[in-house]
Amino acid sequence: MFENLSEKLDKAFKVLKGQGSISEINVAQTMKEIRKALISADVDYKTAKEFTATVKEKALGQQVLTTLKPGELLTKIMKDELAELMGSSSSELNLNSKPAIILVAGLQGSGKTTFCGKLAYFLKNNNKKSPLLVACDVYRPAAIDQISVLAEQVSAEVYKEIENKDPISISSNAVKYAKKNNHDVVIIDTAGRLAVDEAMMTEITNIKSSINPDEILFVVDSMTGQDAVNTAKAFNHRLDFNGVVLTKLDGDTRGGAALTIRSVVDKPIKFIGTSEKMEGLDIFHPDRMASRILGMGDVISLVERAQQQFDEQEARKIQKKIAKNTFGFDDFLKQIQQIKKMGNIKDLAGMIPGVGKAIKDVDIDDDAFKGIESIIYSMTPYERSNPNVLNGSRKKRIALGSGTNVQEINQLIKQFSQMGKMMKMMQGGGASKMMEMMKGNNLPRF
Amino acid sequence: MAFFDKIKNLFNNNNNDKVSSEESSQKQKKLEKSLEKTKTSLFNKITKTVVGKSKIDDNDLDDIEEILITSDIGVETSLKIIDRLEKRVEKDKYINSDELTDILKKEIEELLVVSKDTTLEVDSVENVPYVIMVVGVNGVGKTTTIGKLAHKFKKAGLKVVLGAADTFRAAAVDQLVIWSERVGVDIVKQAMGSDPASVAFDTIQSAMSKNADVVIIDTAGRLHNKINLMNELSKIKNVMNKVVTNAPHDVLLVLDASTGQNAIEQAKQFSSVTQVNSLALTKLDGTAKGGVVIGISDQLQIPVRYIGVGEGMEDLQMFNKEDFVNTLFNN
Repeated sequence: MFENLSEKLDKAFKVLKGQGSISEINVAQTMKEIRKALISADVDYKTAKEFTATVKEKALGQQVLTTLKPGELLTKIMKDELAELMGSSSSELNLNSKPAIILVAGLQGSGKTTFCGKLAYFLKNNNKKSPLLVACDVYRPAAIDQISVLAEQVSAEVYKEIENKDPISISSNAVKYAKKNNHDVVIIDTAGRLAVDEAMMTEITNIKSSINPDEILFVVDSMTGQDAVNTAKAFNHRLDFNGVVLTKLDGDTRGGAALTIRSVVDKPIKFIGTSEKMEGLDIFHPDRMASRILGMGDVISLVERAQQQFDEQEARKIQKKIAKNTFGFDDFLKQIQQIKKMGNIKDLAGMIPGVGKAIKDVDIDDDAFKGIESIIYSMTPYERSNPNVLNGSRKKRIALGSGTNVQEINQLIKQFSQMGKMMKMMQGGGASKMMEMMKGNNLPRF
Repeated sequence: MAFFDKIKNLFNNNNNDKVSSEESSQKQKKLEKSLEKTKTSLFNKITKTVVGKSKIDDNDLDDIEEILITSDIGVETSLKIIDRLEKRVEKDKYINSDELTDILKKEIEELLVVSKDTTLEVDSVENVPYVIMVVGVNGVGKTTTIGKLAHKFKKAGLKVVLGAADTFRAAAVDQLVIWSERVGVDIVKQAMGSDPASVAFDTIQSAMSKNADVVIIDTAGRLHNKINLMNELSKIKNVMNKVVTNAPHDVLLVLDASTGQNAIEQAKQFSSVTQVNSLALTKLDGTAKGGVVIGISDQLQIPVRYIGVGEGMEDLQMFNKEDFVNTLFNN
């Protein structure tokens, strides 16, 4: 699940260093590992090759092989290179015309209609626009109903012509309607179509010529594999779209298609879809995507892991204990162990609301945890459950046993009770609220 | 005769009573057409690579690796195939392009073999319908596939009832209702937002009271990493189980042919909550090759049963691995 690419590479380098000299072949082997990792992330074959070649050059340039942790540096170079590749150009929408016309296209099932609803919601709330949604999918059963329901959900108007089977005339009529009725943005949802379907590709090209959109957005399912290269090229060739929307990123796909598309058609990813809800639309963050593609873990996967680790039962147990003031050091120890299981503790710190804040005061790397753990292990079970009995002599004993000093023990006790207070404060909702928040409704998505 | 055998025979070219030879060749043409794009890349490249050479060298193997990977077969499975290919080449020193193609075909076919018998036993009690639950992530083509399946079963003379248990997605129920009208089968539905398990329950009960042969339950698309949604699926399944002992008899996981390696994770996760026993691979009329099913078949032993080759009622075919692989490599 959580592949620590940097560790893998470190291992590979250890092998390299063990051998007297580092040859081209050895380096090529390591690069192959990287290429495999990218391909497994659904980056297309050619792009993975090209990218690896670029990274190899940079790595040699930065003398990776001579550093202490070559795997770590190499991973950093890759991540930065990836982020740079996917970033650069503007992801802003061109909304200057009155009305601004946005045409949405893509394969079947990519998430166009849901995206249109989200975009309307986004533009209403963020840009104070008055969007008009347009139902131009005349083929798919209940497509018009679908967008109408979403329009209602986001309180936007929808333009539809139920008897009209010609999307070209529907779209141009919609634009006229928008002008008459003071809509400053027109969002045109179209039918899903295959790049190889000549008739359908001609249709959308005709829609484009007819209404001359300000923005053409290509919606892509983020779990698309090697085929992304074909569809991106074909759609770009016919439509010369302005940007890409990558959907369903709340899944656990690594999303290599993002790199493929950028690399192959050089168009920016403007939005990402991160849930089925109308609020689930976010700006694209290239660095977070880079981490994700490399399997280095990102906010979402960490949260998902947190979700999975903190199962319902545990949460309820903790809640009870906090309520009864019986949350002791052994429970704390359990929490630490859960957190450690998640891997990159530094990233986790401050991310989980409430707990994050409390832990922030405690030094948040592996070594600090070691100190805490040894202190707790030096306590008797009774002391762990009843921290209030920790008097001077007990503390002295614990300090000796754990190789720390009484000051550090006092510090731990203080921070622990602060954390307890904080968790108690959340009792109006409490740990369950914490769990609810962690379940992703309120956490920032990338 | 076991229900599934009945259906399979009806689709097979061998059953002359129900399927005319014209229909079957039309079917083959459609399959060939939809796989043409795959065929062009796979076979031609290999021939180009190997013609004139008497043994495979590293460059050729790299080419084959590229071909396999661009078909979404994935690193692990591709390496496995190549490994086996290399071992064969070691033994047979001289290989021509035809032999190479044959071996490659066989290797891929072998990974598509499933140990489970695809013939499913139906409860011997008269009044029990065969229950199919259709699952998958968002946008793969579950509802469309159900429409096609309903049509196929109806054509075969079976009485079908659909269950609109996607009570979440905007207009999902409306979508399936339209399909039920197009095909001419009954449908059981409730209001949007109602409990999907309750719809499934009602559907099976209704089917039983009507002496229906087949029940197909549509479910909402859901990402496999969403624990609550996966638990919901489990619940729906358990409820079905209460009405009819072995229901659902079939849990059909629908996969989009353009999905990358994430499909394997999808198959794993859906299997862990619902024991998926068959796959439907959709949108094969595009350029996507669907190679990921080879890995799923090899690692999880789940067979592909249907393939989708268009958005129309008729655009569903039974998966046949020899045909599938042959069409990729045929002249």
